[in-house]
Amino acid sequence: MSEEKARKVGEVICEQLVDAGKKDSDIVVLTSDSRGSGSLVPFAKELPKQIVEVGIAEQDLVTISAGLAHSGKRPFAVSPAAFLTMRSIEQVKVDVSYSNTNVKLLGISGGNSYSVLGSTHHSLQDLAITRAIPNLEVYMPCDQYQTVGLFKYLVKSDKPAYIRIGKKALNNCYSNPEEAFVKPGKANVLRNGKDVALVAMGETVPEALKAADLLEKQGIKATVVDLVSLKPLDTELLSKISNEFSDIYTIEEHSIYNGIGSAVAEVVATSGSAKLHILGFPDAPAIAGTQDEVFSYYGLDGAGIAKNVEKSIS
Amino acid sequence: MDVEQLEKKAIEMRKATWEMIYRAKSGHTGSDLSCTDILVALYYKVLNQTPETFKNEDRDRYIQSKGHAVEILLNILADRGYFPKEDLLTYSQFKSPYIGHPNNHIKGIEMNTGSLGHGLALSVGIAKAAKMDDKDYHTYVLMGDGEQAEGSVWEAAMAAGSFKLDNLTAIIDHNGLQITGKTKDVMNSEPLKAKYEAFGWNVVEIDGNDMSQLVDVFDLKPVQNKPTLILADTVKGCGVSFAENKAEWHHKVPTEEQYKEALDVFDKELEERK
Ligand SMILES: Cc1ncc(C[n+]2csc(CCOP(=O)(O)OP(=O)(O)O)c2C)c(N)n1
Repeated sequence: MSEEKARKVGEVICEQLVDAGKKDSDIVVLTSDSRGSGSLVPFAKELPKQIVEVGIAEQDLVTISAGLAHSGKRPFAVSPAAFLTMRSIEQVKVDVSYSNTNVKLLGISGGNSYSVLGSTHHSLQDLAITRAIPNLEVYMPCDQYQTVGLFKYLVKSDKPAYIRIGKKALNNCYSNPEEAFVKPGKANVLRNGKDVALVAMGETVPEALKAADLLEKQGIKATVVDLVSLKPLDTELLSKISNEFSDIYTIEEHSIYNGIGSAVAEVVATSGSAKLHILGFPDAPAIAGTQDEVFSYYGLDGAGIAKNVEKSIS
Repeated sequence: MDVEQLEKKAIEMRKATWEMIYRAKSGHTGSDLSCTDILVALYYKVLNQTPETFKNEDRDRYIQSKGHAVEILLNILADRGYFPKEDLLTYSQFKSPYIGHPNNHIKGIEMNTGSLGHGLALSVGIAKAAKMDDKDYHTYVLMGDGEQAEGSVWEAAMAAGSFKLDNLTAIIDHNGLQITGKTKDVMNSEPLKAKYEAFGWNVVEIDGNDMSQLVDVFDLKPVQNKPTLILADTVKGCGVSFAENKAEWHHKVPTEEQYKEALDVFDKELEERK
C-alpha cells in the first residue's frame, strides 16, 4: 500500500480526463449544473470546447451524450449518481445500452455520500438497476490508483459503462494503477487468509481491510477481495472462493437487495458451498448522519464488519 | 399581519436561517434568502392552514419543489408552531428528521422533495384532486428558475393548462442564478413569461423580495380556467449584502467573520423596527 495521502477520486478523474482530452479532442464531458460537484472546473478551464453544459436536465444529459457518441464523440456524462441512474434510467437502457453508444456515465456523490441531504440524493439502488442492463460495465473505484488505471482504460474503451464515485478522499488500498486495475472482470485479492472471505467494492474496500486487521488480532485470518468491476463479474475467482471458504461476507454501500451481495450470491448458489452474509443498507430510507456515522450505524465500517464476522465464525 | 409586520418577520426568519446554517455548517444559504419573502407571505398571510388544521382535507397546500431551500421552510414552520423551535437544533445531525431537504415525517411538510422537477407535477395532481372532489382549497408550488431546465416541469405545465387548473398557483423564484452560474448561461430558459402563457397560464410578474407586491399578487382573483404563474424576480442571497447575486453562495456556509457581520445587520434592522 502506498504512503501517498488520501485523494478525492473526482479530482483524480478530472486530471485523467484533461490529460486524455488534450490528446483526443473527441473526448467530451457533459454536465447538468454539476461541474463543481463533479470536480470538473479545471477541465472546463483547460478544454472549454470539450465541455457541454445541458442545465438541470439529467435525462437530456444521457440522450444528448448518446447522440454525440453516435457521431463519433467519446462522451463522459457527469451527474449525481442518484439522478443519473434513476431519473435517466430509460435513457441509459435505450439510448446507451440498447443502441450501443459509447457513453461513459459518471455518477458522482454516489451511495450515501450526500448523507444528511436525504434519500432524494442517495443512490443505494443504482447497482441493482445498472447491473441488470445488458451491455453496460459497472465500476466503483476504491482509491486513486484504481481510478487512474480504470480511466486509462475507459478513455480508450468503446463500450458503455457506469462508474460510481463518492465524495470523500479515499485512503490508498494499492500502490500503483497497474496493480489496482488489471482489466474489466478481473477482481483483486488484496489479502490472503484461510478463515473467512470479505468481498467489497468502492468505499467498502478500505473498511474490509480495516476489518481484516481487527480480525487478525482475534486470530481470525481473512481474505479480502476487491471486485473492481461488478460487471463484468469475476465469476472464476468468486466460484473458487465459494468452494474454499465456509463463510463469505459481502460489504456494500447499497441496498442489501440486488447489488454486490446478490451478484456474489448468484455465483455461490450455482457453483459453491459457502454460506453468504450480505452486509449493506436495509430496505428503508437511510438514517440521517455523516457518511461515517451511517456506516457505523449499519455495521459497514471496519469495526462493524469485524463484529459481524466474529459472531458467526466463533 | 400587515406589510410592515411581514417585513419584520422576514428579517427574523432570515436571521434564524443564517444562524441555523452556521451552526450546522450546511445549508443552501443563497437559495433560502432568495425565497424568504415569498414563504413569509405564504405562511403568515396567504395559506389557509395552521398546525391544527394541517391534516384537514380543506387546507391549502404548499409544495416546495426547490426542496434544497429547506432551512427557511423549517424555520418558518417552527415559528408558526408546527413543531418546537428547539427541534431545529438537531438540524443535519445524526438520526434527526430535520435533514437537508423537506421530509414529510415532519408536520407541515406535504411531500418529500429535493430532486428537482417533481413539485409542479405533484401540485397538478393535488389541484386536479380538488377539482374532482369539488373542494375549494388552493395549491401553491415554489420552483427555481434553474429547475425550469427539467423536462418534467414542462410536461406538468402543459397538463396544468390542459386541465384548466385555476386552483393552482406556481411561483418561480426568478433569481437568475443556479449552482454553476447565471441561468441564462447554463441553460437559457427564457422567456419564461411567454412560454408559460403559450402553455395556457396566466402570468404575473412582480418583485419577489417586495412584501407589498407579494401581498397584492396573492390577493388577485384567479383567472378562470387558467393556472397562475407568479414570476417573482428575486435576488439570490437577499438580505446579506456580500452574498447577494453571487452563485458561489448557493450552498456556501459563512465564516465566523461573515456570520457575525450579517448577524449585526439583522439585529440593527430588527432594532429599527421595534
Ligand atoms: C434532479 C436534480 N438535479 C440536480 C440537483 C442538484 N441541485 C440542487 S439545487 C440546484 C440548482 C437549482 O437552481 P435553481 O432552480 O435556480 O434554484 P435556486 O437555488 O437558484 O433558487 C441543483 C442543480 C437536484 N437537487 N435535483
